[in-house]
Amino acid sequence: MRLTELRKGDRGTILRIQADPELRNRLHSFGIIPGEELEVKGCSLARQTMEIDVDGTLIALRKEEAEKIEVEKSVSAPAR
Amino acid sequence: MEKEKIKVALVGQPNVGKSSLINAIANAKLHVGNFAGVTVDISEVKTTYCDPEGCAEYEITIVDLPGTYSLNDYSMEERVTKEFLLHEEYDLIVNVVDSTHLQRNLLLTAELLELGQKMVVALNMIDEAKKEGIEIDAKQLGVILGVPVVPVSAKTKEGLEKLKQSVVEVYKKPKTDSKIIYSDFIEEEIDRLVKFFEEKHYPSEIPYRHLAIRLLKEDTQIYKRMHDEPIWIELLPLLREALDHIYLHTGKKDINEIFADEHFAFAKGAKMEVISTKQMRAKNLTQKIDNLLINKYLGIPIFLFLMWGLFQLTFSLGQLPMDWIQAGFDWLAAQTHALLGETQLASVIADGILGGVGAVVSFLPNIIILFFGIALLETTGYMARVSFLLDGFFHKFGLHGKSFVPLVTGFGCTVPAYMAARTLKSRTDRMITLFILGFMSCSARIPVYVLFAGAFFGTEHAGNILFLIYIAGALFGLMAAKVLRVFVFKGEDDPFVMEMPKYRLPSLKLIYHVVAGQSMDYLRKAGTFILFASVLVWFASNYPKNPELEKRFEAKIAQTAAPQEKAKLQGRLQEELLAQSYLGQVGKATQPFFAPLGFDWKLSVALEAGLAAKEVVVSTLGVLYSLGNAADKGARALQEQLKRHVSFPAALAFIVFVMLYVPCFAAMAVFKQETGSWLYLAYLFIGTTAVAWAFSFLTYNVVKLLV
Repeated sequence: MRLTELRKGDRGTILRIQADPELRNRLHSFGIIPGEELEVKGCSLARQTMEIDVDGTLIALRKEEAEKIEVEKSVSAPAR
Repeated sequence: MEKEKIKVALVGQPNVGKSSLINAIANAKLHVGNFAGVTVDISEVKTTYCDPEGCAEYEITIVDLPGTYSLNDYSMEERVTKEFLLHEEYDLIVNVVDSTHLQRNLLLTAELLELGQKMVVALNMIDEAKKEGIEIDAKQLGVILGVPVVPVSAKTKEGLEKLKQSVVEVYKKPKTDSKIIYSDFIEEEIDRLVKFFEEKHYPSEIPYRHLAIRLLKEDTQIYKRMHDEPIWIELLPLLREALDHIYLHTGKKDINEIFADEHFAFAKGAKMEVISTKQMRAKNLTQKIDNLLINKYLGIPIFLFLMWGLFQLTFSLGQLPMDWIQAGFDWLAAQTHALLGETQLASVIADGILGGVGAVVSFLPNIIILFFGIALLETTGYMARVSFLLDGFFHKFGLHGKSFVPLVTGFGCTVPAYMAARTLKSRTDRMITLFILGFMSCSARIPVYVLFAGAFFGTEHAGNILFLIYIAGALFGLMAAKVLRVFVFKGEDDPFVMEMPKYRLPSLKLIYHVVAGQSMDYLRKAGTFILFASVLVWFASNYPKNPELEKRFEAKIAQTAAPQEKAKLQGRLQEELLAQSYLGQVGKATQPFFAPLGFDWKLSVALEAGLAAKEVVVSTLGVLYSLGNAADKGARALQEQLKRHVSFPAALAFIVFVMLYVPCFAAMAVFKQETGSWLYLAYLFIGTTAVAWAFSFLTYNVVKLLV
């Protein structure tokens, strides 16, 4: 499923990033990398932008970019 | 003894406290912000270190490079940093790393290690990490990276001496031991290439290992350089084979992606090995604040409330010292007249210089409060949240959430705002932002607004009117952005991916540096440019002299007995003299252009003088309306004069014109520099003047109908 389908408080694992190399590098340098876990921390009005937590870094993404990130939703929220 | 000089390139990701660290080391004045890309220009500071053993003294120059997440050429800052690291002369790199975000920061460290330069890693914010329950084995990390790792804190000042010592030690070493270990299949290929170079005794100024890595990474520059060398023929098949092996292993053909994965594996591995986390506490605080501040429904109202509060504070709190300053300058002017008598020299000092500069300086309290507020928003990390909240909204107008930073900076001064627009990666976003920035009312326009709002709405409403003016300017900007996006700058959107830094209590020292620096800039402008402009305006309004006219009036004055009549005639004389002065001539010549807006020649002249700088509008009006009766100068008196001479619709039209036309010469110069085009500057000038004229015309006529 896509990152945009996750709700606030949901956790997931990044599976794939389908973006051009430039954007992928950008995401990469923030630690958004396949295999990493993330948690959705919040969304702005109309879900235009969302905030995610990857390895302790808070990152803001626009809907268009979040759609390019494929994730697998974690069923139970594991305590970290 | 001659000091040995060491040049250090300071590199780190945004928000790692790089500039704070420099501030702590050298006590230098540098702008530091808790937002990606506040430092765009490269700045330098110097510090000294005395080696206790040989007691050799070292002078360390630290070059503060713009914060960058990676060396990918993604944004202007990243390009600046990369260019510097690859092509400039320096002795070693100090990589500043945020201890609380080690893994992400090590991604950049890995890239830096590949440059093959001498390096020291500074583990900054080690105190914060400890508080969060993160413990880092710096020694072990040093072993993994092959470079010294020094835990430091800009806040508590720990480790700063140790850092300098490490810099000197690394400097003295002949070469770097830095290493980054890749997966076995890549290491094998590197070994094979290194062995080949060794057998060939290939002359290279960088170590073979780094050369091999850069070849495998398809580094264009290395290819270009080696392409014409004889060794290329033999190297080529080896390289092709090596790359084929790597592709086969990874199942990928994008070498950048392969190395990015390697860096990530390296960073993650290094982190796992050196870090032990006990618990997370501070993060929860950021989380709690975020739950409120970026709440879906409350976020934007809270933001608007904070902005409104800031503007109210600016004008209510600023009023008192403003009156004092004004009174001080009035006293000085009166003293000058008393001391020198009614001479030309007294007139140029009291009416020209003191009048003009006094008007400008009296707005300093307002400006300090506003700069303080903006600096506070910036250093606490709130600005990034606002970008997040507003991106959805901005995006509809063809802007980027990040445009918010230059736009808000534009409320302070348009010049740094133009420079702040460099954070925008896509040219389209950048151009649109640059073009609309002038609509954000800069602090230099405050005096004009305060003057007119105070005169025509009363001081008690001035704050609200100002807020409205600011909102109106911003709305204009947004509409202009939409128009530009649809008709002029079409193109791909810039992706919106940005870090939300942790909330931090700003250090007072930091805020002081920012506010003091910006206020000094404002004063410097007042002291030089505006001084010159006010003397020029004084000259143009006093010359040419007309002794005949003066004689005629003096004769009339001598004839009348009533003191009231005398004063009236005196006023008439001043007006007539002004009307025939150079300034009056210019104003009258251009007045037809402004006539449909209801402006008389005095207002026209003020607007033209305002092209130099907006502060000049007020000082010009001051000279134009109160010359001759030096006793009752000052803002209040000027407001009275304006109320008497300018109609309400014309005053509103004047505010609208000032709100919309180009900020100042300095801004125009920077705009040209940032867009790189005289043509764009011409578009900006013609476009904004046309818009200003059209909307002033509209305002004047609509208000005239209503009132």
